[in-house]
Amino acid sequence: MFLINCPYCGERDQQEFKAGGEAHIERPKQPTELSDDEWAEYLFMRKNIKGVQFERWNHAHGCRKWFNMVRDTSNDEIKAIYKMGEKPPAQ
Amino acid sequence: MIKNLRVKSSEYIDETNRISFKFNGKTYHGFKGDTLASALLANNVHLVGRSFKYHRPRGIMTSGSEEPNAIVQVNPGTNRTEPNVRATEVEIYEGLEASSQNCWPSVEFDIGGINNFLSPFFPAGFYYKTFMWPASFWEKYEFFIRHSAGLGKSPTSSDPDIYDHRNIHCDVLVVGAGISGILAAKNAAKNNYKTLLVDEKNEIGGSTIFENNEFNKIDNKTPSEWLKKEIEELKNIKNLEIKTRTSVAAYHQYNYLLARENLTDHLEAKDKTNKIRQRLLKLRAKKVILATGALERPLIFNNNDRPGIMLSSAVKKYSEFYGVACGSKNIFFTNNDSAYESALSLYNKGINVEAIIDIREQSESKIVKKVKEAGIKIYWSYSIVDTTGYKRLNSVSIMKLSNDGTSVTGSKISISCDCLGVAGGWTPAVHLYTQSGSKLKFDEEKKVFVPNQNTSEQISVGSCGGDFKIDEIIKNLNQKLKDTLNIKETDLDNIKVEIDQENSKRNIWLLPSDKPLGKTKPFVDYQNDATAKDIKLALREGFRSIEHVKRYTTTGMGTDQGKLGNMHALGIIADTAGVKMGELGTTTFRPPYTPLTFGTIVGRNVGKFFDIFRRTPMNDWHVENKAEFENVGQWKRAWYYPINGETMHQAVQRESKAARESAGILDASTLGKIDIQGSDASEFLNRVYTNAWSKLAIGKCRYGLMLNEDGMVYDDGVTTRLGENHYIMTTTTGGAANVLGKLEDYLQTEWPELDVYLTSVTDHYATASLCGPNSKKILKKIIPDLDLSDENFPHMSFKEANIGSIQCRIMRISFTGEHSYEINVQASYGKDLWKKCMEAGQEFNITPYGTETMHLLRAEKGFIIVGQDTDGTMTPIDLQMDWIVSKKKYDFIGKRSLYRSDTMREDRKQLVGLLTDDPNIVLEEGAQIVSELNQSPVEMLGHVTSSYFSPNLNKSIALAVVRGGKDLMGKKLFVPMENKNINVTVAHPVFYDEKNERLNA
Repeated sequence: MFLINCPYCGERDQQEFKAGGEAHIERPKQPTELSDDEWAEYLFMRKNIKGVQFERWNHAHGCRKWFNMVRDTSNDEIKAIYKMGEKPPAQ
Repeated sequence: MIKNLRVKSSEYIDETNRISFKFNGKTYHGFKGDTLASALLANNVHLVGRSFKYHRPRGIMTSGSEEPNAIVQVNPGTNRTEPNVRATEVEIYEGLEASSQNCWPSVEFDIGGINNFLSPFFPAGFYYKTFMWPASFWEKYEFFIRHSAGLGKSPTSSDPDIYDHRNIHCDVLVVGAGISGILAAKNAAKNNYKTLLVDEKNEIGGSTIFENNEFNKIDNKTPSEWLKKEIEELKNIKNLEIKTRTSVAAYHQYNYLLARENLTDHLEAKDKTNKIRQRLLKLRAKKVILATGALERPLIFNNNDRPGIMLSSAVKKYSEFYGVACGSKNIFFTNNDSAYESALSLYNKGINVEAIIDIREQSESKIVKKVKEAGIKIYWSYSIVDTTGYKRLNSVSIMKLSNDGTSVTGSKISISCDCLGVAGGWTPAVHLYTQSGSKLKFDEEKKVFVPNQNTSEQISVGSCGGDFKIDEIIKNLNQKLKDTLNIKETDLDNIKVEIDQENSKRNIWLLPSDKPLGKTKPFVDYQNDATAKDIKLALREGFRSIEHVKRYTTTGMGTDQGKLGNMHALGIIADTAGVKMGELGTTTFRPPYTPLTFGTIVGRNVGKFFDIFRRTPMNDWHVENKAEFENVGQWKRAWYYPINGETMHQAVQRESKAARESAGILDASTLGKIDIQGSDASEFLNRVYTNAWSKLAIGKCRYGLMLNEDGMVYDDGVTTRLGENHYIMTTTTGGAANVLGKLEDYLQTEWPELDVYLTSVTDHYATASLCGPNSKKILKKIIPDLDLSDENFPHMSFKEANIGSIQCRIMRISFTGEHSYEINVQASYGKDLWKKCMEAGQEFNITPYGTETMHLLRAEKGFIIVGQDTDGTMTPIDLQMDWIVSKKKYDFIGKRSLYRSDTMREDRKQLVGLLTDDPNIVLEEGAQIVSELNQSPVEMLGHVTSSYFSPNLNKSIALAVVRGGKDLMGKKLFVPMENKNINVTVAHPVFYDEKNERLNA
């Protein structure tokens, strides 16, 4: 059970949060211009790696804010947490 | 007469408080402070159970939670009964009853004991290998296997006890209150760390509290005396909380631990009532100090499981702590000095020790000399090759060990005895450590796994950290405390420790016998009856991974998780396969460390708190009027209102007719309601719904369909424009929370530039939906001054009004196809609103209807229910709802996906109506649809999604999704059922009032 440092509320138990999949996948601004393959790339393709992963999390039972997390999936170490719109820390 | 083996009074046993208890129906006596195990031993009862597979008689082996054999059923036949409880952990109280498990008719005479003689036919994997053929026989096999499997009996009535959960946050959590744990907690608390010290036993002090070995001294006192002084000092320390009878079950990541605090199990029945029995502690600690100690290992030799064969340390504890002699003719069997301490302890109390059998060549420590001086015979370099005694040990046979330890030589000596203390060395209790994700390493010198790489802020101190000698323990503990707590000085700096402990030992994982291995029974896992030969068989059959050998032989898979034998299993595998133990790794130690009851896990979340539910403000009225309820999401919704003993079908038919012929009323409070405000609210709706919103006039309502980005229908509902920058959106009952979550996700992450604010107001409003041709007249009676003309208040529009002094929002919208109004008031007025509608509607025979009638009425109109007629694979085009998908809008969620080659396929499943050729036959929802009957295999074209008997059309109607259904209008299809084939015709999905004339009626 992680202890997650919500950038708005501070340290809270994982129970209060919802994982939201891979981070930094931007919705295309002009979807109609995209080929089927390009759109499918955005829609379906997600990384699932053993190691350092960039993820979206939501403090669903707290402030309801979304934020980003860098997590090592091999040992669940949370390496960094930063707000939406902020640049990911250098790894 | 029962022989009393209580030899000496002990300060932990209150001999003035005599307690009677029953074991297997027979009454025994013990004293306050006894465990069931110590009390039975004092009564010379060793035989307490039968083993799992061979039903061999088994006795008490240990004095703690690692006990594999002495597991009993507590309070059998009552609703407080609990199976698989370790007798070594049960504190006795007046009226306690316990019984043996896994035996029938009794532990003394157990029919299953025949398995022991058939054991050559029960090798590892017996069940896998035997019950494979013929496959059709499995059901017969299963019956017998189920009857012979399992330990103990679960209670048949509900648990009368109360359980609780509690969250505790602390700076330092110390697990285990032996000498290391106590010293760690004391120093942490003294340095202003908020500290919690927990121990599974009822007394703190661990094994040091009865450590009276005269050769070990701390500040010139025996360890026992010294520790008692330290414990006394704990009372004056602030910041320190001590919890006994508290067993840590699990150690998760980020220093999150679960512990079971036992509050009433040691109390008499009369004192248990109305108290919390057990509490699950959810512990979050900044730093964790593990001081869980070490478990003594047995030795693996032929017939090493007889009642009377115990761990040497347990024999010592029973004598020192409980004042109980485990036997009158004791022998010890050892590979290290520990057994000598036990032997001396017994000797000092006048208990007879016949001999010590030591597999080592010799040892020169002071304690060994002292044992020699006491005249106890020591057999150096001897090993036990067999034991005798069915229900109680009565002799051991020993032989000289060869130099390499792989065989025995010379003549066999038989020694008569009734108790054998076995000492095979100590294994650090690293279970919790590894649960935390931390990694072990194998210490070649000590032959044990010790903590290596920590994943969280934690340390392992004392013997669980691999330190076994008291001087080492204190020295290393001191340094670790300074590092972890960031302190310069501790209490331990000036402690003087004198010790005589020699670490010499001779490790032989599987001791040889004069018989071939196949003819012996050297048990490795006592609880699951796995022997060394099972492990060797698994290796011969090709298993290599320790995890596979474990599962194949079931070694370490009992309720004790193999706390005693796991190291031997690893050692035997390593020796046989010719690899180093460190390379094998260990099996995974999983929570819980000791079994937890279900009650503790669920805590207060039982009965009506098991799953939370929501009720509408009108709920009391529905209950008073005998509504039946159904669960919709977390809501309890009125399903239908039977009167005069109506069946569900009769009630729904009556309600449906009434709503169309005169007036009906539905509690629609559960629909999700989201208040949307902000200067970009219209633009936001444009992006989330498939249709256009910019031009919706203030005071008008519009139906919207929401897609997922993959183009599939996600939710639907009516949204009303309350002002220039103000909307109220309704969602499906079950989808409300997810819709809000999804909208917030887009607002926060994709479109943060939009000025939009979302607020869930589902619970803030109560909604009554008034429908039917007389709904207008009823509303007029309730709000006489509101102009209800079609010109002023047309379909799909909104008015604010007052009912008396109560403000309400009224939408003229319809989910039934009838002229209808949804009246919203502040939730607290919901019941009053409902009653007012009922009163005003009385002259029109207003009929309350539930969700079932609502579903029927909307099906007559061909309106979809998201989640019933859709399943996450339906696009609006599939639903024949092209009309709601804007062609002009540049983008909305899911738009691009509607032009993917897959979503544009002509042969997708599409929503159609189905009419049965026989109008009285109602199709089953979920029934499959085919076009050919005499074909095999036959292609499934689709399935029925909604199906009812329509009282207004007097025929059966259904909605279905059918492959390429749009082009099959009028085509004959079939719905094959178990006993018959039903002929159906594809129809337009709107069955009733296709021209929507009734909306304005």
